[in-house]
Amino acid sequence: MGEGDWPELEQSLLTHIEEQENFFQGARVALEIGNHVLRAAELGALRDKLADHGVTLWAVISNSPVTAQNAQTLGLGTRLSTPKPERVMRKMETTLDGEAAIFVPRTLRSGFKVSYKGNVIVVGDVNAGAEIEATGSVMIWGRLRGAARAGVNGDANAHIYVLEMNAAALRIADVDLNYSQPKGKNGPQVAGIQNGQIIVQNWEYKEKQRE
Amino acid sequence: MTAKVVTVTSGKGGVGKTTTAANLAVALASHGDKVVCIDSDIGLRNLDVVLGLENRIVYDLVDVVEGRCRLKQAMIRDKRLPELYLIPAAQTRDKSAISPSDMVNVCDELREEMDWIFIDSPAGIERGFRNAIAPADIVIVVTNPEVSAVRDADRIIGLVESEEKGPARLVLNRLNPALVKRGDMLAPEDVLELLAIELIGIVPEDEAVVVSTNRGQPVALDGKTRAGQAFQNIARRLKGEQVPFLNIEGAEGFFQKLSKMIRSGGN
Repeated sequence: MGEGDWPELEQSLLTHIEEQENFFQGARVALEIGNHVLRAAELGALRDKLADHGVTLWAVISNSPVTAQNAQTLGLGTRLSTPKPERVMRKMETTLDGEAAIFVPRTLRSGFKVSYKGNVIVVGDVNAGAEIEATGSVMIWGRLRGAARAGVNGDANAHIYVLEMNAAALRIADVDLNYSQPKGKNGPQVAGIQNGQIIVQNWEYKEKQRE
Repeated sequence: MTAKVVTVTSGKGGVGKTTTAANLAVALASHGDKVVCIDSDIGLRNLDVVLGLENRIVYDLVDVVEGRCRLKQAMIRDKRLPELYLIPAAQTRDKSAISPSDMVNVCDELREEMDWIFIDSPAGIERGFRNAIAPADIVIVVTNPEVSAVRDADRIIGLVESEEKGPARLVLNRLNPALVKRGDMLAPEDVLELLAIELIGIVPEDEAVVVSTNRGQPVALDGKTRAGQAFQNIARRLKGEQVPFLNIEGAEGFFQKLSKMIRSGGN
């Protein structure tokens, strides 16, 4: 979709669909919305309006990570099966070359999923039934009861950092571990691959200052 | 007056959505508020049975939406409580017969004349659920102290939040204090810790609910049963009153602890 005011764009889209009602009846559509930043409620409203016309909104392709995140929370797809060429990450103008990360400042409830090329940081809990997927490492400033997958493209050096781990499904690269917290054990933990297995250890600040 | 639209939902079936919606509506109507209940469980209606009004259905919600009758004609007035109305669901259709904007339109038409509009949501997270929460001002999530029900409640709360209808409020239904004491049932604190939303009421497991449901006489009609009293208290909390939580077990410690937790914000 082009540039301009969102309410106008939305209206012109709906008009377009109304004009060609036969063609769109029962269709599943993916919308490409470029750089527009849309809130979850706006996406939800659009989905409901499309539903009134018999059209199912199943994916929203966006250049804005915020919009994509909002689309994901509504259970909409954010990628077509033919992936677009990867976006070029701007280099940061600092002396340190950091890695890309997405920051998720909320609790992930059952059914929610965060998927990102890079590292994922969550401030909040990851409840049972929620999933995190990252090509890099995962850091959860809260409780992990759901699934966390780090290094999904095969990076065995990825880690999963968690303030408190309950029953959790961990995967790093292609190694799985269903971890249950032993009674009485508490505090920050880190999971990483050692000798082909996922090892969960208590976080000890001094030892972990690597590199 | 401008009505508040309260949607009662849960995700999982059988946890007591319809019972909760019926009893809160009855409790508020018995305080003299004008209340209408809408059954949005199209194809599987049963709010009419719980309210004891199933023999009086002429028109239903789908008839209103499709223009076969006026809204007033579909509103069944309760004979026990003159301020209580029911708009029943259609039984011969399914959820796709109405859309979220239909629900918003129906509620907007009712708002001027009512104090409360209760919407009984179907189980699940599909079209029927979206219809039910579209017009909501307040969402009440009902759950039982069981892991499966709590998991579904968590999912529903997340969906409510992402539709920006939150924060949802929690009713913990069918709590059995004896089982909790033995450690065989999730305690209210466990449920609250996981769901991290505001608790608006705990309803104890009570045989009177089964009896009253079959008779079409909601327990809240007379506040003598424990469950009926719990529903009356939730209704008063909805009206903004500060009502202490029922001490279901007599002098047991954890309810005091619980009410302290709630006062300090619940999480």
